[in-house]
Amino acid sequence: MIRVKNLNKSFTNQNVLNNISVTFEPGKTNLIIGRSGSGKTVLLKSIVGLHDIDSGEIWYENVLFNKLDFTGKKEIRKEMGMLFQGSALFDSLTVEQNVRFPLDMFTDKTTEEKNERVNFCLKRVDIINANKLSPAELSGGMKKRVAIARAISLNPKYLFCDEPNSGLDPITAILIDELIKEITEEYSMTTIVNTHDMNSVMKIGEKIVFISDGIKCWEGSKDEILRSDCDTLNDFVFANALAKQLRSSLR
Amino acid sequence: MFRFLSQFGLYVLLLKKVFSRPEKSVVYYRQTMSELVYLGLNSVGIITIISFFMGAVITLQTAYNTENPIYPTYLIGLGCRDSIILEFSSTVAALILAGKVGSSIASEIGTMRVTEQIDALEIMGVNSASYLILPKIVATLIFNPFLTLISIIVGIIGGWLAGTLSGVITSEDFIYGIQYAFIPYYITYSLIKTLFFAFIITSVSAFQGYYVDGGSLEVGRASTKAVVFSSVLILLFNVILTQLLLS
Repeated sequence: MIRVKNLNKSFTNQNVLNNISVTFEPGKTNLIIGRSGSGKTVLLKSIVGLHDIDSGEIWYENVLFNKLDFTGKKEIRKEMGMLFQGSALFDSLTVEQNVRFPLDMFTDKTTEEKNERVNFCLKRVDIINANKLSPAELSGGMKKRVAIARAISLNPKYLFCDEPNSGLDPITAILIDELIKEITEEYSMTTIVNTHDMNSVMKIGEKIVFISDGIKCWEGSKDEILRSDCDTLNDFVFANALAKQLRSSLR
Repeated sequence: MFRFLSQFGLYVLLLKKVFSRPEKSVVYYRQTMSELVYLGLNSVGIITIISFFMGAVITLQTAYNTENPIYPTYLIGLGCRDSIILEFSSTVAALILAGKVGSSIASEIGTMRVTEQIDALEIMGVNSASYLILPKIVATLIFNPFLTLISIIVGIIGGWLAGTLSGVITSEDFIYGIQYAFIPYYITYSLIKTLFFAFIITSVSAFQGYYVDGGSLEVGRASTKAVVFSSVLILLFNVILTQLLLS
């Protein structure tokens, strides 16, 4: 479980996150949604410690993460996996080397054991016969899947995904969403996904947090989101013509 | 002034991170080996070509500027040798490497920053500064002295060929000249300078790349800054080290 309490973050006197408090539950796909520039990525990066926060608390189980030193954070980070918006695969390494990287860095497994784990992770994300390819030779969807394979190679307790569907076609986007949900349930991970894609929200959103202008405006489930009385959320959820029609039919 | 101090402070903090204990020695060793090839071995070609022509030009210029019966012709060989050892193979080669290696380091690390690859390392719990920069520093500290030695040898060969083929000096005089009043300490001096310059090129360029904020335009700017700052620091340290080591 990850708990965020009264989190504030600003950049050069501009408040980006204001007093955010939220709990992300284990074994569930937790979504942070909101418009571009609403502070979703800053919140996610603050939770994982890539941004230092101004005030507030970030708890991983019973550990106050934001007060830990580099070594302390390092121990928690070994239990994290993250899927970045642009995949962030290491250009100089092949697909298999990318997935093996965390194993090389933090385990004492033999080469055979590492190869076995790499092949298992790649198979889990449906990447076959691409071990020796470089990231530049992969499509956007394949890059995301390899990034997921890398993120789960150490069996993390926490999985973070920053806009996993950005730049993908709708079918591939659904596949990535399903993969994230399956992996979350399979390994009982605490997964946090940043997205502004309503398809993802309706497909995998078990717990949803809506952020607008750095303020948490709403939280609930995908079943509750369509019946919310939060105007800002409704403007976001029913932004396109099809959704507007759906809303009028609901009413 | 405040900006300079803040940047210098950031540079010192980065170095502190770089020289902290590596997570896994074997991974760092492998990384250092690949950097030795990428930053060191791949620079042999350009250093060889430049040193050859540098030696040739020094010999010809020395010859044309000492066309006086008072000066024995072997002084051309001596001048060529000392110019190459004392200045050209260490300082000029370092300036060239600042352009080639420095810009490559800054753009590589800068691109990793803007494409979130450095964030990915941090998330995994890897000390990204140490993992990315330490192997580069170690590799250049190991390999650049060899580049300097190669440059000295090739430069003198270039000078000898240019001198003898153009007829400004005989082979015997040139060889006598390069052996005449030889001070072995000059080689040590040159190698010490090379070590300082190697550290400057790698650390300053890595610093520029590591703190890139923005996109491809900023990566390009960081790459240019890396070359400019490294070059200026090389010239500054050249003066300081010369005063300290030769006075």
